[in-house]
Amino acid sequence: MALAEQPGMSPTSPTSPPPTVGLRQLPTEEPRVFVASQWQLMWWKFRKHKLALISAVIIGLVYLIALFVEPIAPYLPDAFNPPRTYAPPQVIHFVYEGRLVRPYVFGLKQEIEPEALRRIFKPDPSKRIPLGLFVRGAPYKLWGLIESDIHLFGPLDNKEQVYLLGADRVGRDVLSRIIYGTRISMSIGLVGVFLSFILGLTLGGISGYFGGQIDNLIQRLIEFVRSIPTIPLWMGLAAAIPVTWPSERIYFSITIILSFIGWTGLARVVRGRFLSLREEDFVLAARLDGVSEFRIIMRHMIPSFTSHIIAAITLAIPGMILAETALSFLGLGLQPPVVSWGVLLQEAQNIRAVATAPWLLIPALAVIITVLALNFLGDGLRDAADPYGR
Amino acid sequence: MLQYIVRRILLMIPTLFLVSVVSFIIIQLPPGDFLTSYITQLSAMGDLVDESTIQALRDRYGLGQPIYIQYLRWITNMLQGDFGHSMEWDRPVWGLLWERLPLTFVLSFATLLITWIVAFPIGVFSAVKQYSIGDYIATFIGFLGLATPDFLLALVLMWIFFAFFNQSVGGLFSPEFQDAPWSLAKVWDLAKHMVVPIIILGMSGTASLIRIMRANLLDELHKPYVVTARAKGLSEPRLILKYPVRAALNPFVSTVGWYLPALVSGSTIVAVVLNLPITGPLLLRSLMSQDMYLAGSFIFMLSTLTIIGTLLSDILLAWLDPRIRLG
Repeated sequence: MALAEQPGMSPTSPTSPPPTVGLRQLPTEEPRVFVASQWQLMWWKFRKHKLALISAVIIGLVYLIALFVEPIAPYLPDAFNPPRTYAPPQVIHFVYEGRLVRPYVFGLKQEIEPEALRRIFKPDPSKRIPLGLFVRGAPYKLWGLIESDIHLFGPLDNKEQVYLLGADRVGRDVLSRIIYGTRISMSIGLVGVFLSFILGLTLGGISGYFGGQIDNLIQRLIEFVRSIPTIPLWMGLAAAIPVTWPSERIYFSITIILSFIGWTGLARVVRGRFLSLREEDFVLAARLDGVSEFRIIMRHMIPSFTSHIIAAITLAIPGMILAETALSFLGLGLQPPVVSWGVLLQEAQNIRAVATAPWLLIPALAVIITVLALNFLGDGLRDAADPYGR
Repeated sequence: MLQYIVRRILLMIPTLFLVSVVSFIIIQLPPGDFLTSYITQLSAMGDLVDESTIQALRDRYGLGQPIYIQYLRWITNMLQGDFGHSMEWDRPVWGLLWERLPLTFVLSFATLLITWIVAFPIGVFSAVKQYSIGDYIATFIGFLGLATPDFLLALVLMWIFFAFFNQSVGGLFSPEFQDAPWSLAKVWDLAKHMVVPIIILGMSGTASLIRIMRANLLDELHKPYVVTARAKGLSEPRLILKYPVRAALNPFVSTVGWYLPALVSGSTIVAVVLNLPITGPLLLRSLMSQDMYLAGSFIFMLSTLTIIGTLLSDILLAWLDPRIRLG
């Protein structure tokens, strides 16, 4: 992913000479490169990676949504309305009779399709439902603490139900459910990565720092974990979780299972960094100064590869999200009253349901966009973190 | 070379042992032993539970004895070809496995081959014509392929086929060939049904192989020996294919090691979506109904085959590259 920064960063290009070249030859603003901190350098490099920058914004927004799920979603995730089964998405209009007006959608009218005797919905041009920002709707408790009934957007009249992304099997709002799913899906990625990060950092660190027999042992362990086919193993472990458990316990069991397998990648990165840093002069200097092993690791080694760790973590999150989605999709992961993207996709398992209501596939779009953005972001971070990269 | 192979095989033994332990743990994980669930199942169906059958099963699997004895019993039975008994199907596990494994491997190998055939020229092209329109298209498709989980791709393709071509994708055989004996027509039918699964399964692998091939070849292309060869007047296609491509091919070969298992593993979910008669759906069902002997044996078999696959790719790589063999 060196496409975006290729022209400016190649070693032969005149704009970035190797630092050994004298200061005098440089344009006036260049000296700030030499006094910039490591993080500043990384930021400058990261900034050049446009795709990663856009992805960072997207990921930021997704986590913001995950944080403020309740006020953002127009409805509660389990507010059902059977008469509106598989109601299609309603298009937002801004123009009415040639004039720009407050955004509105048309109401839905029900018809029975003559051949298939199926219930279908058509927009009803005689009925306009105006939408607004910060409207009153179903009461909720933000983070279980703050009570409110203000929703970021929705119909002005809270007795109306509007389906911007359609309705599911029992007339629940797909958009609201996707928004609620963001919280579970994104947090499972974070928590899972956090756990595998702890495991990976500890074992990878021990392996790389001490080397020798311990290193050998841990490397064999990593090879072993990697040699088991992931998905069957995940499935086997997930199937052992009793379905009767409360949903929080299932949630944590799933994250533990995911991180139990996911730590190996991080451990390898950490080990690699430790191995190369161990030979650096500044580590030797610290050791000769009589600094304790623990302090060498914490104060001298870890700070110099934090950026690599952050990049590796970012690249590990999408795998977790995908794994949770896959497990829940199969019915082995989170179970229905909980709303995650994978659980939502369970609805799309039935091809007939998807044929009547293609909008049931929209959660997949959420997954793909998030995963793609996280990959680009991770790539950008990795490139930025590598001082010797092209 | 022989020494290398022997060393690798010896290293495999502890791994296999650990894999068997993990599979056994998975069998043991659900609360209660499988006999309790078997009895519940039988009583639920209104069958009378025959005391002597139960006792016979209890003896056969050493239930009620310490866990390591149960493990030893299980592993010795397995080495003798007795993989246990599937409670749900009321059949030996081995027979069920045997029905599904060949097709799983046919599908995985076919996908592997197609992936190579597709990824190789595109990868070479992307590297040789770096930053051309073709390269950008390949890069873009590559990233999309990497980010889209294959079961979602399967869902979307199924929907597209269903909604726009009014054709259902799924299964590996048409109904008329389902139970027919093998014939040329049946093979052709199978080949036709494999197209969509191969596209879905091969997507992400092809994408990453293109990236790998491109990156490796780019590294090689600027090395002095290429310049030398060019200066000596070697024709461009011959030059590229004969030297840098050969050097860049190495990682390509080593991908079998991780790619084949990833395929077998990845096909699990895709097979469930597309309703393919391979191992995936059976594994899922056995896990759902806690038919643990079947599930455990499946995981053990898949892991073993994975390890053998890795071994084969290591040997292949050592054979291709003396640096590994002697290093």
